[in-house]
Amino acid sequence: MDFELSDEQRLLRDTVREFARGEVAPVAEELDRTKSFPYEIVAKMGDLGLMGIPFPPEYGGGGADTLSYVLAVEELARVDSSVCITMAAHTSLGTMPIHLWGTDEQRSEWLPQLCGGKRLAAFGLTEPEAGSDAGNVRTTAKLEGGEWVVNGAKQFITNAGTEISGCVSITAVTGKTNGRKEISNLVVPTGTPGYEAGEPYRKMGWNASDTRPLAFQDCRVPEANLLGRRGDGFKNFLHILDGGRIGVAAMGVGLAQGALDEALAYAKQRQAFGQPISKFQAIQMKIADLSAQIEAARLLTWRAALEKDAGRSFTLTAAQAKLITGRLAVRASEEAVQIHGGYGYIEEYPVCRFYRDAKILTIGEGTDEVQQMVIARQLGC
Amino acid sequence: MKICVLVKEVPDAAVQKRIDPDTMRLDRSGEKNLNPFDTHAIETALQIKEGGAIPVEEVVAVTMGPDSAVRALHKAVALGADRSVHLSDDALVGSDVCATGYALAKVLEPESPDLVLLGQQSDDGECYTIGAVVADHLKMPSLTQVVKLDVADGKLRCERQAEYGYDTVEVELPAVISVGDAINEPRYPSLKAIMGAKKKPLDAKATADAGIDSGMVGEPGSKTAVLALNPPPAKQAGEIIEDEDTNETVEKIVAWLDERKLL
Repeated sequence: MDFELSDEQRLLRDTVREFARGEVAPVAEELDRTKSFPYEIVAKMGDLGLMGIPFPPEYGGGGADTLSYVLAVEELARVDSSVCITMAAHTSLGTMPIHLWGTDEQRSEWLPQLCGGKRLAAFGLTEPEAGSDAGNVRTTAKLEGGEWVVNGAKQFITNAGTEISGCVSITAVTGKTNGRKEISNLVVPTGTPGYEAGEPYRKMGWNASDTRPLAFQDCRVPEANLLGRRGDGFKNFLHILDGGRIGVAAMGVGLAQGALDEALAYAKQRQAFGQPISKFQAIQMKIADLSAQIEAARLLTWRAALEKDAGRSFTLTAAQAKLITGRLAVRASEEAVQIHGGYGYIEEYPVCRFYRDAKILTIGEGTDEVQQMVIARQLGC
Repeated sequence: MKICVLVKEVPDAAVQKRIDPDTMRLDRSGEKNLNPFDTHAIETALQIKEGGAIPVEEVVAVTMGPDSAVRALHKAVALGADRSVHLSDDALVGSDVCATGYALAKVLEPESPDLVLLGQQSDDGECYTIGAVVADHLKMPSLTQVVKLDVADGKLRCERQAEYGYDTVEVELPAVISVGDAINEPRYPSLKAIMGAKKKPLDAKATADAGIDSGMVGEPGSKTAVLALNPPPAKQAGEIIEDEDTNETVEKIVAWLDERKLL
């Protein structure tokens, strides 16, 4: 078993680490406080190739593996989850379906501008009545005169309402086969008449990321905007979620690591009873436990990435990693706040933001309960 | 014009530094990185190349170090150097600054660079002197701690950080210039460049390939003897002036500075 990263993986990780510290950390607090979308950072990440890490170089992607992507996600989440989810949702949810199932025309049209960070891609699966029960899609698309006419609503969608949003890949019911819903995927470009992104949600965290409900009212897109085979939509999107879980697991590892970094630095500097609080066993035990749990979670996440790259089934490992890391992120940020004492409750310290940003990781891209369902099913229950 | 940039692999800035009491050398285990000051030297080279005031055919990154130092070269070419040279040999282990400077000069000789750039200090040894040693062997002028550099009429116009203010110095090429971190803001390597780094030529050399006299390098060739190492003295407690009346506070600060002839 080889735990060594390749030279390219190491260099990418170090580069994103330096980028996150140098470009993201100084503005993270302000972006969060003012709920501002990080346009400048996204542009810089686009220039560096960080908005298309796993996609083919001939379409402007980085041509790197899943583990490289995981390392980049970890390093961004270690500093700022809003920036990280913008990149991660764009990559593993928004752009991935076009890469995997797009025709040559669709890939040539979208991938270069998406990989370069010029435009953002969104993923429209969740609906008011289709969350964990993602198959309960109500949005419909009817083929009329060579066009799909889309009607319905999506919610909790990342990256659809920014100034640079390019398109959203959605699930829609396109008919019935043998009495069952036929679900297909469509690409809907931003600006298509009848497609509107609503007001941004007021969220607990991820304040600088763009999250909105979407409405489709007699929205017409060309027949050629069908993504993948008609009727494969649900299966295909579940596959996307499988892969997306690895990215979200990496966010959990990164956030937990960032919380530990902050807690450790604070504990060494904060004096109480005449010594740094890092000298007290109560603090040391928290820090030691977190460090051990983060390393275990990291290895599980890396393993899911390696399984994906090896072309093996990674559904079980990705669900395990997602379950473990989301909970760890919540616990790590809570402990980090605790170590900061009263200062941890004040927004000037990053751990306060980390605590708010962590909770979504046990919910988004499959709740803990869904992960448990997936895991139990994989184990034969 | 050909620019050679000397680079070094050093322990990562996040790693706590310690001296190995057995060898009296810095413990260089753990995470490593390209010396941050050298990234400024690479950036300087790239800006000269991209600036177009003088045509630059090639930027070559050169290092001396163990096998792992190849990673510092990968980063250098990912940042934009065209190729790299790696001097590595067991005979070089334990070289002090003079021996290292000699060895690097022997690698640079056949390259016949018009300009040799390097970071003014390494993040580990912090000797600040390797550029001067290399320049001495190459019989080139040397400038250290340069924070601004312009190429014009085949000459360099440099601003050098001095104790008070800056010295402006004009120097003929070829020359060896060490740069400070105020000179520029180094770029980040792009993912594309990272993925392509191994495709750029890397020339691995042993001492014999470079015509290095093995008696002049490594422990036998190093005249430095480390007798003792001590941690730097603890900082003295500063003087805290409470701001009760701002006019009074200003007077106190001015008087304090004046006493030490800092005004």
